[in-house]
Amino acid sequence: MINVLYFAWVRERIGLPKEQVETAATTVMDLVEELRAREERYALAFSDLSALRVALDQDLSDFDASLDGVREVAFFPPMTGG
Amino acid sequence: MRVVVQEAPFDAGAELNAFAKGDTDIGAVVSFTGVTRDVSGGLARMQIEHYPGMTERALTQICEEACARWALADVLVIHRFGTMEPGDNIMMVATASRHRADAFAAADFLMDYLKSRAPFWKKEVTADGADWVAAKDSDEDALDRWS
Repeated sequence: MINVLYFAWVRERIGLPKEQVETAATTVMDLVEELRAREERYALAFSDLSALRVALDQDLSDFDASLDGVREVAFFPPMTGG
Repeated sequence: MRVVVQEAPFDAGAELNAFAKGDTDIGAVVSFTGVTRDVSGGLARMQIEHYPGMTERALTQICEEACARWALADVLVIHRFGTMEPGDNIMMVATASRHRADAFAAADFLMDYLKSRAPFWKKEVTADGADWVAAKDSDEDALDRWS
């Protein structure tokens, strides 16, 4: 079981801020493919990965990273702080 | 080092006066305050979303990196989330050092990194609706200056 969090327009497109996902995905990309296959809103949110960033247990990471031992995955657009 | 993430407004002048106060080994304090700007006219408010937990973690890492690169006596970062109106302070950084070069460089570095590495997202609300502010390529490119 992995906690998956969504922020900004990713949250709006998917329609929820977080959910628990039962998955056997071994990489972030595998998880993205599983989510895309669920419903149109997920496919839409994950349609262009170049417009997305991912954090694993609150550290920025990559889509080809392993999910081994990861408890929290967050998807969001490029950050606009400052 | 002090990292503050809060919804409430802050008094940049009071924060700056209190920063590094009493440290007589400091020759320079540099500060930057980010203000909510009405870029194209008609901005009603700005909404800032963040990732509680990761935000504090990322800001602390960025401050630690600055302290490793420059001789800093102290670092302060305050960043708000929630709803801001035009003219409201969004965030501030302050750096204290013996000499101004380190204080200026560290403040510049902190701003570049927290713009595109701290998990905040801005949404502009106008009479026509609400739009997420897109990250600029130039913000990402700015990080190359420090590598």
